Amino acid sequence: MNDSGSSFAKPGHIPGPPLWLLAELTYRCPLQCPYCSNPLDFAKQSEELTTAQWIEVFRQARELGAAQLGFSGGEPLVRQDLTELIRAARELGYYTNLITSGIGLSEERIAEFAEAGLDHIQISFQAADEEVNNLLAGSSKAFAQKLAMARAVKKHGYPMVLNFVTHRHNIDNIERIIELCIELEADFVELATCQFYGWAELNRAGLLPTKAQLERAERITNEWRAKLAAQGHPCKLIFVTPDYYEERPKACMNGWGSLFLDITPDGTALPCHSAKMLPVQFPKVTEHSLKHIWYDSFGFNRYRGDDWMPEPCRSCDEKDRDFGGCRCQAFMLTGDADNADPVCGKSQHHGLILDARRQAEEAPKGLDELTHRNVHASQLICKS
Amino acid sequence: MSGLNTELVPVLRRGFRFQWEPAQGCHVLLYPEGMIKLNDSAGAILAEVDGQRSIGAIVADLSARFPDVQGIAEDIMVFLEVARERFWIEFR
Ligand code: SF4
Ligand code: SF4
Repeated sequence: MNDSGSSFAKPGHIPGPPLWLLAELTYRCPLQCPYCSNPLDFAKQSEELTTAQWIEVFRQARELGAAQLGFSGGEPLVRQDLTELIRAARELGYYTNLITSGIGLSEERIAEFAEAGLDHIQISFQAADEEVNNLLAGSSKAFAQKLAMARAVKKHGYPMVLNFVTHRHNIDNIERIIELCIELEADFVELATCQFYGWAELNRAGLLPTKAQLERAERITNEWRAKLAAQGHPCKLIFVTPDYYEERPKACMNGWGSLFLDITPDGTALPCHSAKMLPVQFPKVTEHSLKHIWYDSFGFNRYRGDDWMPEPCRSCDEKDRDFGGCRCQAFMLTGDADNADPVCGKSQHHGLILDARRQAEEAPKGLDELTHRNVHASQLICKS
Repeated sequence: MSGLNTELVPVLRRGFRFQWEPAQGCHVLLYPEGMIKLNDSAGAILAEVDGQRSIGAIVADLSARFPDVQGIAEDIMVFLEVARERFWIEFR
């Protein structure tokens, strides 16, 4: 591995270790969620690291200090070597998280993963919307499968996180969703309004809830929190709102290259899982050591510190709090990744966010108008 | 004084793992997609929580190891109460 060459480290800015490693093992997935965060052109990227290459990535990241490891994708279960990867990661001392749709899971595999040392399974209710609706109606085989797997996860002694991606077509069912999670004995429930990257950005007009929908959902969630607290119930409800209804951006990834290290199926290292869309060159683990990548590479230093910021961020007294927001959102919406995140009320592009809110009120798109994430659509969109 | 019965046996909640992290120079508590960095005293107390020893045994052990620390029993009890409130540990 080549560590020679220049360092782009910023003087006076020494990042902490990458505590979180996300291993996107594959872009293959049997589902077609219209809010998938994978890149639109995933169909062009079919290369995947080998088992040995992944284990080497785990080893190097652990040495740098990573403690949490997420196996994600795509659908990580399609990797035949998953048990082997789990075992290697656990032996290195990671807390290992499997982030799955549950499709392709079986009780045998759950037991096999447990034996290999898997710490936690998160089942995402990230199916096509008709299936979500089927779930709420209490039918459909895919959901019977998810429910069976959720029960099996608890039975085998794992803690369980259930993740529901909410949007304008299902958020009004939040009460049913919470009830179901409690029934399944989830330890943590993430009610995450979809964030607008990848396929979700493409489908935003059909996904963004109205302000009134969000407020209602948050109120119901708070009522449930109070109810659970009164019972001394350990289940924790986590409610994630889309930043489109904020006046200040989120402190994206807690700062560029500060905690989080994402490796894509082909071994590209990213500071967040949507950063591949940016016109920034990112290093590959097949060419450089992770130490070089984290501390010295151009890509990981590109937006560290604040010397890259133009106005209004440059002279803003809040820049240490939100780091100017999300680079990907700035890039997607304004065409320039250096700009302030347009969620910010001080951004000259904030009107784009106001337009999206207005569209959610006045001209939303229906369920049947969503583009589903699949190879065919990916090839059509990214034909070059 | 805390209302905890010293015969209770604290145990980490399912899915929570306690370990030393050399890169951070401290003990941490790991749980699904999260991590809590522990200060020295929290680390010393949680290191005793093995699902076998009772609160009384833990207090006796730590008091013997840190004889100069004033009010150590009370500190341990308070910490264990907080840890239970946050659902990091359970009592058996
Ligand atoms: S969001 Fe849906 S389509 Fe995308 S990887 Fe996850 S399960 Fe598959
Ligand atoms: S101007 Fe920039 S730094 Fe200031 S609050 Fe807005 S996004 Fe954050």
